[in-house]
Amino acid sequence: MKDPTLFAAGLITLSAGTFAFRLAGPVLRQRISFPPWAERLLETAAVILLAALVATTGLTEGHHLAGLARPAGVCVGGVLAWRKAPFLVVVLAAAATTAVLRLLGIP
Amino acid sequence: MSSIYRTLSGGTRRDIALACLAVWFIGLSYGAIAVASGFPLWVPAAQSVLVLAGASEFLFIGIVAAGGNPLAAAAAGLLVNARHLPYGLALPENLTGQGWRRRLLGSHVMNDESVVFALAQEDLPRKRAAYWACGLGVLLCWPAGAVLGALIGSVIADTGAFGLDAMFPAVILALIVPALRERQLRCAALIGAVIALATTPFLPPGLPELLALFAIAVNRKPA
Repeated sequence: MKDPTLFAAGLITLSAGTFAFRLAGPVLRQRISFPPWAERLLETAAVILLAALVATTGLTEGHHLAGLARPAGVCVGGVLAWRKAPFLVVVLAAAATTAVLRLLGIP
Repeated sequence: MSSIYRTLSGGTRRDIALACLAVWFIGLSYGAIAVASGFPLWVPAAQSVLVLAGASEFLFIGIVAAGGNPLAAAAAGLLVNARHLPYGLALPENLTGQGWRRRLLGSHVMNDESVVFALAQEDLPRKRAAYWACGLGVLLCWPAGAVLGALIGSVIADTGAFGLDAMFPAVILALIVPALRERQLRCAALIGAVIALATTPFLPPGLPELLALFAIAVNRKPA
């Protein structure tokens, strides 16, 4: 926030660019039809991106591995999700596990 | 709105409400973290409405708070949000309905949750109802959570104590678990996650996730 103009430019770039990504899919879809293998590739790409996001946000902090508490919480959430627990149970169990571990002094 | 309500089954309505509640909780942590990182309340408030994509907002705030250039932070956020392009391609045609207003608002409410719920429904009317219900729900809950979190965050400094940082990865994981039941997708996702983790120490945020896309090459070989 040292330079408010630069900060606003960053915020507007992120907002406008994100909207462009969201709009581009449906617009392209109306004009081009994708062969099944391409649709499959797009679906795979989306899952890979999300899985990588889970790994980096769940296991790392900055350029390093996070402590034990957050990865443990995410793992508990993952196991519950795999066993088809309700969404809210998954999310709250992940947060609760992390909170309890930190309460016990584990970072 | 009443037709959206009637089109969806009770179970789907409940799941969407729960997903929106989870988004609200993550919004709380987002607002609190933003304020704790030294940003004024309007930053999470404006971002939550204008960007409306949690991961990229966390990333943007994190990079700028660490002293990074806001334009570089925006580029990193855009890398993460590039997934909305394949989302739009994966959705059925004419999902949002007719008219440019519906198209524009319908595009803006495209997010991980609304896409997953839409894809899970059987026919177009239900897909459309689930997409709008979840999309509009997130549009309400995410900013509401972020603003309340920012207000709370200026009082409570240590949001980590409540484990809120574990919520976002848990939400995304819960959303991709159905796809991970398929062996080929699971392998690709695992390799992608390993690539992202292995490159995180050396690269700016946002790039490891994009590099993970190289895992597609593995997926194209017959399993």
